[in-house]
Amino acid sequence: MRRVYLDNNATTRMREEVLDAMLPYMKDIYGNASSIHQFGRPARKAIDEARSRVADLLGAASPEEIIFTSGGTESDNFAIRGVAQALKAKGNHIITTAIEHHAVLNTCRSLEKEGYKVTYLGVDKYGTVNIEDLKKAITDKTILITIMYANNEVGTIEPIGEIGKIAKERGICFHTDAVQAVGKLPLVVKEMNIDLLSMSAHKIYGPKGVGVIYIKKGTKITPQLLGGHHEMSKRAGTENVAGIVGLGCAAQLAKRDLPEEGRIKELRDYLYKGVTSGIEEIHLNGHPENRLPNTLNMSFTYLEGESIILNLDMEGIAASTGSACTSGTLEPSHVLTAMGVDPVKTQGSIRFSLGRDNTKEDMDYVIGVLPPIIKRLRAMSPLYNGK
Amino acid sequence: MEGQYSDKVMEHFRNPHNVGEIPDADGIGNVGNPVCGDIMRLYIKVDANEVITDAKFKTFGCGAAIATSSMVTDLVRGKTVAEALKISNSAVAEALGGLPKIKMHCSVLAEEALRSAIKDYMDKKKKA
Repeated sequence: MRRVYLDNNATTRMREEVLDAMLPYMKDIYGNASSIHQFGRPARKAIDEARSRVADLLGAASPEEIIFTSGGTESDNFAIRGVAQALKAKGNHIITTAIEHHAVLNTCRSLEKEGYKVTYLGVDKYGTVNIEDLKKAITDKTILITIMYANNEVGTIEPIGEIGKIAKERGICFHTDAVQAVGKLPLVVKEMNIDLLSMSAHKIYGPKGVGVIYIKKGTKITPQLLGGHHEMSKRAGTENVAGIVGLGCAAQLAKRDLPEEGRIKELRDYLYKGVTSGIEEIHLNGHPENRLPNTLNMSFTYLEGESIILNLDMEGIAASTGSACTSGTLEPSHVLTAMGVDPVKTQGSIRFSLGRDNTKEDMDYVIGVLPPIIKRLRAMSPLYNGK
Repeated sequence: MEGQYSDKVMEHFRNPHNVGEIPDADGIGNVGNPVCGDIMRLYIKVDANEVITDAKFKTFGCGAAIATSSMVTDLVRGKTVAEALKISNSAVAEALGGLPKIKMHCSVLAEEALRSAIKDYMDKKKKA
């Protein structure tokens, strides 16, 4: 059976080169990177190299602005909590959006319990934040704006350039969760008035368990993981050398292969065209143009998402859904809900997120397999009155 | 496919039993709501001896919802209304080889759909 992986926004397959780069650091180069002897020095060197590569990918002014973490979630927690604590004397108001990843939302909710005030900006039907709403929400107590670069579920890209400009004008720290955007979109942090940025290795064909927080020089932030002086005294803990090396390798390749995204976008559009020509009553979720090149989120009206995903899985195809049944908490997608998508369509939403390994044959396979699945499930649905 | 669902659940999901409608049904049960993500509609045909001779379903819902609907139609066929009323959600789940904890509410919905269909049958009978 053909296997087609279309869940790259969930995670990606590690590249061969990345695995090869990591292996020596799990076998023979095992010293602690902080040790001054010959067992540790090569580890330190490898970390420095990885740091430069990430700085290069992100367009940071200096490698010292790159701090390694255990992943996107830790970076988000660190950015938001770290700045909130550091700027406590200045104010207690944070602005974010209703469609952020739970790592951002739950950190904000936790801070609310500690007395901080948080504004969760709404989004329009495409998932785009309104710049005027942002401007209106700013008060003299606002100390942080945290808005994602691009949304993981629907792919909508936020007006980060404009947001950065406003943040700079008003003297407010600006963090962006760019976990989904890095490697898919060109970005140069030093030119966008971004003070902090989160990224994750396993979204760019690197290993799981390692990520980055970019902290622009001069940004006030309180370290969250305390202990040794690692990562410029910003984040303690013996370095995950192999993971960091893997991340550095993945970052270098991501920069080199950014043009690939054009091919992926074409495949994604081809998939959308093929699926919608064979099936009726499909609703596209997300901005029609201003969207990540690999992401395709569609609602199949009258149907529930998990039943579609299971059927796709039986045919070897991997995708994900915004339905309540799969969320682990029985809550439907908060992103689609914030976008005003009606509950039935939210339950029937499927996300296909393409990657570098996908081919046209993969798309043709999905286009062929999907219509009979939808037809069969619709015949079973009490909400469908068609033939 | 290992994972959250038992083989029996997957069997009922892949090839659900008794999908459809009964146009001259003696009882129809409609439960659930789209906001929660599950809607079940159960049709039953009951003969003069109060035996359920036919049952069909339509479901908007996840794998567990489809499987429990399918299973409940199997369990009621040939039973009297009185016997059918004794079918609990745990009986449905057990017949399927168990359900993940987070999916047990689907079996509750199946039980409710059955009760709703039987109540509809009894209400119709009273009117007749």
